[in-house]
Amino acid sequence: MDIRQHPRLFHYASPATFYPLAGRLVPSLGGLALLLCLLGLWIGLVIAPGDAQQGEGYRIIFVHVPASWMSMLAYLAMAFWCAIGLIFNTRLSFMMAHALAPTGALFALLSLVTGALWGKPMWGTWWVWDARLTSELILLFLYLGYLALQGAVEDPHRADRACALLALVGAFNVPVIYFSVRWWSTLHQGASVSLSQAPAMASLMLWGMALTALGFWAYTAAVALARVRLLILERERRSDWVQRLLNEEATA
Amino acid sequence: MTPYWNDFAAFLAMGGYGPYVWPSLGLTALILLLEPLLLARRRRQLLHQLRRRQRIDAAQQPHPLAEATAP
Repeated sequence: MDIRQHPRLFHYASPATFYPLAGRLVPSLGGLALLLCLLGLWIGLVIAPGDAQQGEGYRIIFVHVPASWMSMLAYLAMAFWCAIGLIFNTRLSFMMAHALAPTGALFALLSLVTGALWGKPMWGTWWVWDARLTSELILLFLYLGYLALQGAVEDPHRADRACALLALVGAFNVPVIYFSVRWWSTLHQGASVSLSQAPAMASLMLWGMALTALGFWAYTAAVALARVRLLILERERRSDWVQRLLNEEATA
Repeated sequence: MTPYWNDFAAFLAMGGYGPYVWPSLGLTALILLLEPLLLARRRRQLLHQLRRRQRIDAAQQPHPLAEATAP
């Protein structure tokens, strides 16, 4: 497919048109993220009842599960933009992937740390090498490898392609994380929410988790868009539109 | 939509799980507040750097209009 045959589809694939659009989206997405997270945590921590088996310790779920979902979803989004970039050779796609990587890595780290803080009182250990925990750790390493590769390759064009390849090869790990609790016997508990059956949680707990998860989505979108704007400015700094923009913002 | 807790102390204690629940939340909040702040700082630094570069470039080569008005 040639970009020139589909000018409307690729209108926002141009960094110059995408930059202001992203700038308009960041504040509203950020505000939405704050609102959803506060509401979700209020329901989860203050309103929702305790758990029959795990008492109040289960409340770590309201950050642990949304963070874990986000770490996987951000990786899939990153791999998606890498695939688009390799297929259509659109510069902005690679920049979107680069913008998602640090935030995804942070969510993977949060997933592991909050998981350890949950594991200690419930299992008696911070860490076990079971399939769920190990595959999530591999996800963190994939993010870190991606970021290291991006920093190590000098030529941006080559870095984009090398990173994209790594991201796509590593994407196999995401379904492994997701289904690990079904495929293997793990110390980690089964899925909290499943599409095929009624949720095994009280509806208030589910609401708290869902709202926080949506809040994390909005957060990731806002931060990734803010970061992609910086990447655009860095890469396009010699272009006329960035030079004009610098003048306009200086006088404004 | 009434609170589940009888008093604030019970809320803080989290049924004895406070030392695990609060650090989980605290770390998450810390990271999710820090990341946007660091991004905003990086943006200020980048704009500053790009403007300085622009001024240096402008000083090195004469303004395009300067030639046109010269005799």
